[in-house]
Amino acid sequence: MRENSAEGVIAMITEDRNLVGGGAPIFYVSSLAEKERVAQYLSRITRGMVHDLGNGVYIIVRH
Amino acid sequence: MEAITSVVTASLVGFFARLYMLRTDYRQYPSYPQGYVIHLSLGLIASFLGAVAVPALLVKDYAAATFLALAATQFREVRKTERETLSNLEPMELIPRGNGYIEGIARVFEARNYLAGGTALFTSIVVLILSQYWSLPIAIFGGVVGGAILVWLLDGMMIGPKVGDLANVRGAEIRFTGPLLMVEDIVIMNVGLETARQRLLKEGIGVLIEPRDPNSKATLANLGQRQAILHDATSLLGVEMDVGEPEYIPLLRRHPVTGALAMAIIPGEKNTVALLEAVRRTPILEASVRKPLASQAGRLADRHRE
Repeated sequence: MRENSAEGVIAMITEDRNLVGGGAPIFYVSSLAEKERVAQYLSRITRGMVHDLGNGVYIIVRH
Repeated sequence: MEAITSVVTASLVGFFARLYMLRTDYRQYPSYPQGYVIHLSLGLIASFLGAVAVPALLVKDYAAATFLALAATQFREVRKTERETLSNLEPMELIPRGNGYIEGIARVFEARNYLAGGTALFTSIVVLILSQYWSLPIAIFGGVVGGAILVWLLDGMMIGPKVGDLANVRGAEIRFTGPLLMVEDIVIMNVGLETARQRLLKEGIGVLIEPRDPNSKATLANLGQRQAILHDATSLLGVEMDVGEPEYIPLLRRHPVTGALAMAIIPGEKNTVALLEAVRRTPILEASVRKPLASQAGRLADRHRE
């Protein structure tokens, strides 16, 4: 099923405040486990997909 | 008397031809019973138009014969209706059919009406000719047999190639390189969640579709064709996912050089043999067929690579 809402980066999740910035909502977390959990919840809520940028930043993208 | 007999016989043969072609298959379309009524009624109209053409010409009623031309407009409408219906249902599909598949199905529905009309036309000619030499029952029998053979031949000709005819389909290993989901050396997507990665590794099946020649390679690259494969595979084996779980949406990604297609899927029934069979039996969409080898440029490109 497809949503009509906008595509693009919905949110960013990271432990390091220096890595991110910009327009999308940013969620700071304190551990890897928390990052996983927050990412999963956000993904289910926004119907977006979690992507790992490899530098500790997760982004939620709606395709 | 011959004219009436011929029209009735031909209409009925055309109608049964349409009924024979109307098989509910795994595409679940047309849906029973409303879809049946719609298509059988249109099939009857098509058959009647085909059946009256020759008798009308024989009594020099040329106006009636031109109604055959009107039929074409009617049945183009059928294609439009099918396309609209399927497109409207598309957002409600877990794994959509894709525009290519919808267009293919719509075309088949239009074509089948022409086949029903053509069968009726042929039957009426056979009945009229036979009735010149033999009694009416024999003429009717001859018409029915002739019509049945024609339907059987035409229907056989309408079956196009399948994915298995164009490509070698085999199971393949799923693995992760960092967050990248890979099937052999083809990247499918970036999966961020560790839980999703574990689940894909544990329950997923990798499929590799390797085209046999440059023609197949170009055909399978078509996005509509790929979506059709995904839709058929998931409608036959199911898919373990729900709305809002994009990690588990099956995707077909292409190797840029070899043109091989790779898929990672968590099917409802974990059975690799059945999954491969479902992929092999997916029809090749008429609209996705490419034949670069039929051209001089294509053949030259195939022979030598700089």
